[in-house]
Amino acid sequence: MAVYEMKAPLSDEDARKLRSGDVVLLSGVVYTARDAAHKKLNDLLDQGADLPLELTGAVIYYVGPSPARPGYVIGSAGPTTSYRMDSFAPRLHSLGVKASIGKGIRNEAVKQSLKDYGAVYFGATGGAGALLSTCIKEAEVIAFPEMGPEALRKLRVEKLPLLVINDSVGGELYVQPDLRAAGL
Amino acid sequence: MKRISAQAVTKAVRDMCISANRYQPEDVKAAIKAGEAGEDSPTAKEVFRQLSENIDLAAGTGLPLCQDTGLAVLFVTLGQEVYVEGNLSEAINEGVRQGYGEGLLRKSACDPFSRKNTGDNTPAVIHYDIVPGEALRIAFMAKGGGAENMSRVMMLAPAEGWEGVKKFVLTRVAESRSNPCPPIIIGIGIGGTFEHSAKLAKLALMRKLDDVNPEPDLAAKEEELLGLVNRLGIGPMGLGGRHTALGLKILTSPCHIASFPLAVNIQCHSSRHEEVEL
Ligand code: SF4
Repeated sequence: MAVYEMKAPLSDEDARKLRSGDVVLLSGVVYTARDAAHKKLNDLLDQGADLPLELTGAVIYYVGPSPARPGYVIGSAGPTTSYRMDSFAPRLHSLGVKASIGKGIRNEAVKQSLKDYGAVYFGATGGAGALLSTCIKEAEVIAFPEMGPEALRKLRVEKLPLLVINDSVGGELYVQPDLRAAGL
Repeated sequence: MKRISAQAVTKAVRDMCISANRYQPEDVKAAIKAGEAGEDSPTAKEVFRQLSENIDLAAGTGLPLCQDTGLAVLFVTLGQEVYVEGNLSEAINEGVRQGYGEGLLRKSACDPFSRKNTGDNTPAVIHYDIVPGEALRIAFMAKGGGAENMSRVMMLAPAEGWEGVKKFVLTRVAESRSNPCPPIIIGIGIGGTFEHSAKLAKLALMRKLDDVNPEPDLAAKEEELLGLVNRLGIGPMGLGGRHTALGLKILTSPCHIASFPLAVNIQCHSSRHEEVEL
């Protein structure tokens, strides 16, 4: 298990060298999008319209931050549960997205798309939203402002602490529950 | 007869929304500190360390503990000798509106179909109980979506009994894995009707982690099932470890002779709730 400092957008080479269990301190540009923004992006793609973000190498953070306090760029900003974005992730990976950041398990289709397109799934600590917000240095709503916490934001992060959960070669960090030990 | 103004209710609810989202209750804080010492794996220790640091940071800065500041759930116990001057439900919703607005908390309430945000985190989910006496007690919980989504109600057959309960709860926790931000807290409601079991499960989450069920039989069941849950080894954030759950609380009520309602309400480690008496 290695510790890397990496820059986002992620290069293909960086994403492919990561393995489950690696720690990444990520700096650079990260986009926020959760349920409603994903649906909207998907609709725009269906219509053949331009997207409000550059997908090549993009890192998408599944988060709906709380409002910023005076003197802060953002409120608390930890990950939301990722499976709700599973139906959208493979399409975004096929268009160049190199990583998503969330918490919780992904389905087989997402894991397969990580292999197909050399991408990774990062976990951040769920429920540590105050702490994670200290790594966010700039935040700007770039689309869908009417969605409030679900708007699409462009963040500049510094050393955001992430764990590689699923890598591009089929690795998985989450443990399988020990059903037998629990008597199931 | 005791008179309480609607404004006093609004102020109390407003203050609880802000403070519960900022300060983790002492029992939860203690369990998280103890968790770090009780884990062997460096990854599990590191998760607990980050959670402790997050708790201190929120208390120090006023940032909410988690960006998901929850749907507002309130349990109101109204003494029948209390006269509330004004509209009690509206006073509570106004408290939520002010707390989430002025406290810069996230507004997470939306229409189920259009998904349009209501803009002020109302309406709150309010449960009322009428009791004898002159006190008005209001308990508030900020209930996040990630853990709530992992919750279920099941109508067991009476013959399934305790074995059926164990199997259902363990399967639910196993399937939830890392989704509800483990280490989790499990509220279990058994009995009553379909909806009453769910209310009991949520009320169970209001209990302190270190309390002991006054019914010895239920106390033993809570301990047994918590032990089994932790043998699943899911651990903090699903990365493996001894602490899949920090607590498991059961509340029961008599039910129909044909039924065995069972509700499992999953709560994350960010168990935010407070109570006031007016
Ligand atoms: S499950 Fe709890 S700790 Fe995790 S993101 Fe939701 S509210 Fe926060």
